[in-house]
Amino acid sequence: MADEFHLVEKSRIMDSTAINRGLRRLATEIVEKNHGPEDLYIVGIRRRGVPLAERIADKIEKVEGKRPLIGILDITLYRDDLSTVGANPVVNRTHLDDDIEGKIVVLVDDVLYTGRTIRAAMDQLMDFGRPKKVQLAVLIDRGREHRELPIQADFIGKLVPTKQTEIIKVMLKEFDDVEAVGIFERPTD
Amino acid sequence: MEKPFRRRDLLGIRDLTAEEITGILDTAENFREISTREVKKVPALRGKTVINLFFESSTRTRTSFELAAKRLSADAVNISVSSSSLSKGETLLDTALNLDAMAPDCIVVRHSSAGVPHQLAKVSKAAIINAGDGANEHPTQALLDAMTIREHKGKIEGLEVAIAGDILHSRVARSNIHLLTKLGARVRVAGPGTLVPGDFGYLVEQGLTVCSNVEEAIEGADVVMILRIQRERQDSAYFPTLREYAIHYGLTNERLDLAKKDAIVLHPGPMNRGIEIASDVADSSRSLILDQVKYGVAVRMAVLYLSTGGSPTQN
Repeated sequence: MADEFHLVEKSRIMDSTAINRGLRRLATEIVEKNHGPEDLYIVGIRRRGVPLAERIADKIEKVEGKRPLIGILDITLYRDDLSTVGANPVVNRTHLDDDIEGKIVVLVDDVLYTGRTIRAAMDQLMDFGRPKKVQLAVLIDRGREHRELPIQADFIGKLVPTKQTEIIKVMLKEFDDVEAVGIFERPTD
Repeated sequence: MEKPFRRRDLLGIRDLTAEEITGILDTAENFREISTREVKKVPALRGKTVINLFFESSTRTRTSFELAAKRLSADAVNISVSSSSLSKGETLLDTALNLDAMAPDCIVVRHSSAGVPHQLAKVSKAAIINAGDGANEHPTQALLDAMTIREHKGKIEGLEVAIAGDILHSRVARSNIHLLTKLGARVRVAGPGTLVPGDFGYLVEQGLTVCSNVEEAIEGADVVMILRIQRERQDSAYFPTLREYAIHYGLTNERLDLAKKDAIVLHPGPMNRGIEIASDVADSSRSLILDQVKYGVAVRMAVLYLSTGGSPTQN
């Protein structure tokens, strides 16, 4: 992670207004597609999916007058690279306090890239029961050509076709100094 | 990302830093939720093999390690001494090498001699976890005790902890004394003079006090930890009779009243009711003996995960 300090920001693609607008649209689309907020269960994937899920739930509540159920998934124990990641990733807690049976679960993450995180999240979700539907909402979709699994998002804040050498960072006030999305790259020296 | 524990083996608490201990406890905290799920299983250690090699009898610890392994999707194999080749004359080292040849990822070992896990760690490619070695250490017991204390007291630092009973033969006491002093608690020990070591060396500087009687140790304590009278480890008479032991050292409600009002009672089990602990104390709401067992599974899941979850981070 020391490398992170050497990343160079190439361009800033969203500021806090754009993020807020994107989330508002995601919230609207989620409600529209599912004909209202009933049975909705918004589940954020740790870490940055968690505040995004909360904000989407806030926006749904504001418009519909009813707050959807909300949960948190920590996918660490479901990763497919546990034996290769070297140092043990830190395990955090999953919170699915309400039963997911028969619910429409909307997984929320910041960036969709290879699809492996979403695979892990879906596997974990199924261990908790049988939701009626599972949908995926992401703030940034890096484009299909990076996908390593047949997984696509149902709701996309912004589609950003990227090169593999680029890194997308979603910065949120809960974890970072700023509220923005930027494209970063390692310096080529 | 922070790394709470970068060792392969867990041989004792004595070798760990306060940060490593806290790291294991924090990880265990997050594993607790898994045992409350309908499907009590996560795929984290799928394809890994854990061998429980127990040369001494055990119900709690062995079951706890087995469940911990299974809830992480590891394959668990249990070997107990009565069914092993040691009863046919094989040496411990040969048993270890043979097990190692079957490529387990982790061996959990309990033995009546101190240092056996350390010897195995030298020859085995698997991660070795000490589940109790003689009178030396029982690290996962101390970790689950710490987890129980943290859950009920919010912290360990600054607490007054009384440990009463057979300190001399107790690996539970040793691991707990190391852990609690490392995390900043003040520990007072008491027991029959014949069952309390005379010299605790450097531990005295780190907050350990030897009390001359049980009342003195319990007075004002936040936590009262009662040890089992280990009749199987006592080769000579350390005290006249069990009845006399119960009268002078057993935890009764009267003695517990000397502790703080909200003091909690721990016992590593199996209990000798009516000897080291009175039945009404053991069954009271202040006794957290079953919580200890519950947290034991989470602690062992964390230890197995940290020892085998990633590639070995220790050479």
